[in-house]
Amino acid sequence: MRRFLLRRLAAIPLTLLVVSVLVFTATELIPGDVARTILGREASEAAVRDLRSQLGLDRPLPVRYADWLHGFLTGQWGDSSTLRVPVRDLVLGRLGASLLLALLAFALLVPVAVTLGLVAGVHHDRPADRVISVASLAFGATPEFVTGVVLLVVFAVRLRWLPASAQIPPGATPVQALGHLLMPALSLVLLCTGYVARHVRASTVTAVESPYARAAELRGLTRVQVVRRHVLRNATIPATSALGVQLQFLLGSLVTVELLFNYPGIGALLLRSAVDKDLPTLQTTAMVLGCLYMLIFLGADLVYRLLDPRVRLGSAS
Amino acid sequence: MTGLVLTGAARRARIAGRSRVALAIGGSIILAWVAIALLWPHLVPYDPDLQDPLRRFTPPQAGHWLGTDQFGRDTFSRMLAGARPVLSVAPLATGLGTLAGTVIGLVAGTLGGLVEEFTMRALDAVVVFPTIIAVVLFVALAGRSTTVVVLVIAASFTTIVARSVRAATLVEREKAYVEAARLRGERRRSLMLREILPNLAPTVLVEATSRFGDAIFAAATLSFLGLGQPPGSPEWGASVSDNRTWLQLAPWTVLAPALAIASLVVATALVADALRHRREAR
Repeated sequence: MRRFLLRRLAAIPLTLLVVSVLVFTATELIPGDVARTILGREASEAAVRDLRSQLGLDRPLPVRYADWLHGFLTGQWGDSSTLRVPVRDLVLGRLGASLLLALLAFALLVPVAVTLGLVAGVHHDRPADRVISVASLAFGATPEFVTGVVLLVVFAVRLRWLPASAQIPPGATPVQALGHLLMPALSLVLLCTGYVARHVRASTVTAVESPYARAAELRGLTRVQVVRRHVLRNATIPATSALGVQLQFLLGSLVTVELLFNYPGIGALLLRSAVDKDLPTLQTTAMVLGCLYMLIFLGADLVYRLLDPRVRLGSAS
Repeated sequence: MTGLVLTGAARRARIAGRSRVALAIGGSIILAWVAIALLWPHLVPYDPDLQDPLRRFTPPQAGHWLGTDQFGRDTFSRMLAGARPVLSVAPLATGLGTLAGTVIGLVAGTLGGLVEEFTMRALDAVVVFPTIIAVVLFVALAGRSTTVVVLVIAASFTTIVARSVRAATLVEREKAYVEAARLRGERRRSLMLREILPNLAPTVLVEATSRFGDAIFAAATLSFLGLGQPPGSPEWGASVSDNRTWLQLAPWTVLAPALAIASLVVATALVADALRHRREAR
């Protein structure tokens, strides 16, 4: 376990190094001279050259990369070139908002997916299973902005139960805030539930047909008891790895959902800074999201290993 | 407790029957959209770009089955015309990604050793890199163009396809027919192309079908984000994005393209799932 942890922790800086090189070169390659953009078309060639050396743009690429990476690691993230505010405030504020939305979605996703997967697995090959399987297949294949738009039309336009914008107005009560976040969270849940539920279903089928479940049934335990005592743990542990994958997927979907529901999150920030060519913000946002992905990847693996004694004791590697 | 337990032939027959239904339904929806993508100029009641300022935001009614948008353009005609951009990007991206992934997976799986180790580690590194960040970065830097969208989607598929083709190759590599061919003295090249590759066909087919659904998903999402087809295009993702401002006033302009996307991706998912079940039931 310790060796595993050390190996995985050692891999993080390496992967982040790759991500940082990609982010830096990609943003460096974006066409357009920054100095020329700042000074405008009328500026003289000499003025542009002066500003370039002032900004350090005339130094070789590796030097600038090292400088930039050092700045990122020490938290000197600079100012947004379009919004004129420190990137740090912008990114951290947006990150908080996104995590709130992602956590709400995740909190809804886990019980829903596990319940659906268990029900489908216990009743496998029967109507309940067919309905759950086809529905989760359909929702898993449909882009989140499509389900989001349908939710908007039904709950915001027709029924008027929920607000169309996810932006939480200042001074809203927690219940009102939840109302704003519910539809975006729901479109994320609909997208991700199917995948997790399918994993839970598959391991439930295996557990239900296993000798220990049969034995428990023959001992006279009711079906509910068998499921609760013997099937539940064995069916949900393998699904933990599916949850990790989905959490990463969920982060990616934030871009779309935040745009659709006008939510001030980090996904919307990534998109805006790329479209506006706001390089300091784009670089930092991409790096912060990259770190977050890596942490989730590691976290899901850890949880899986902690829950499963066979893996924990290192017999299966 | 599992009720009627079907085994062997009965179970296979049941799966085959169900997958036939799924294949038929999914397949005909896909074919219908393909036909519309090819023939829409002959099918639409109005020119999809024809503006009619006097008939803005007309609700669905006779004459305009799915109403009109903020410029008085016919929503139904635009929905039909929107099939073409989606169905030109998706097959291209799927084809390219599947081809590249199959080549990489087959070569890595057959050769083994250092080549395999290196390739798979490199793919691992790419998989870890969050796709959406890569897509946003690339499209921002290369500008909005169909070629970029196709290449970006294809690249993200290559790693997925390569992994499953390699896994299938590892299984095939150990089988007797490969051993026999090797003992006959067949070269590695013909081993790959003439012995192993034909047996990978079911795997590649299932992969390609799943990726096709993902490609539609990705192409529509990129257009929705403003990174694919330009605003004003009848493409479904772009339409949803353009019309969502008028959601309260004219929900039909958003629902029509949204449901078009949903029908195509769900149909593809049904076909992919049925093909997967068939392969597993064999």
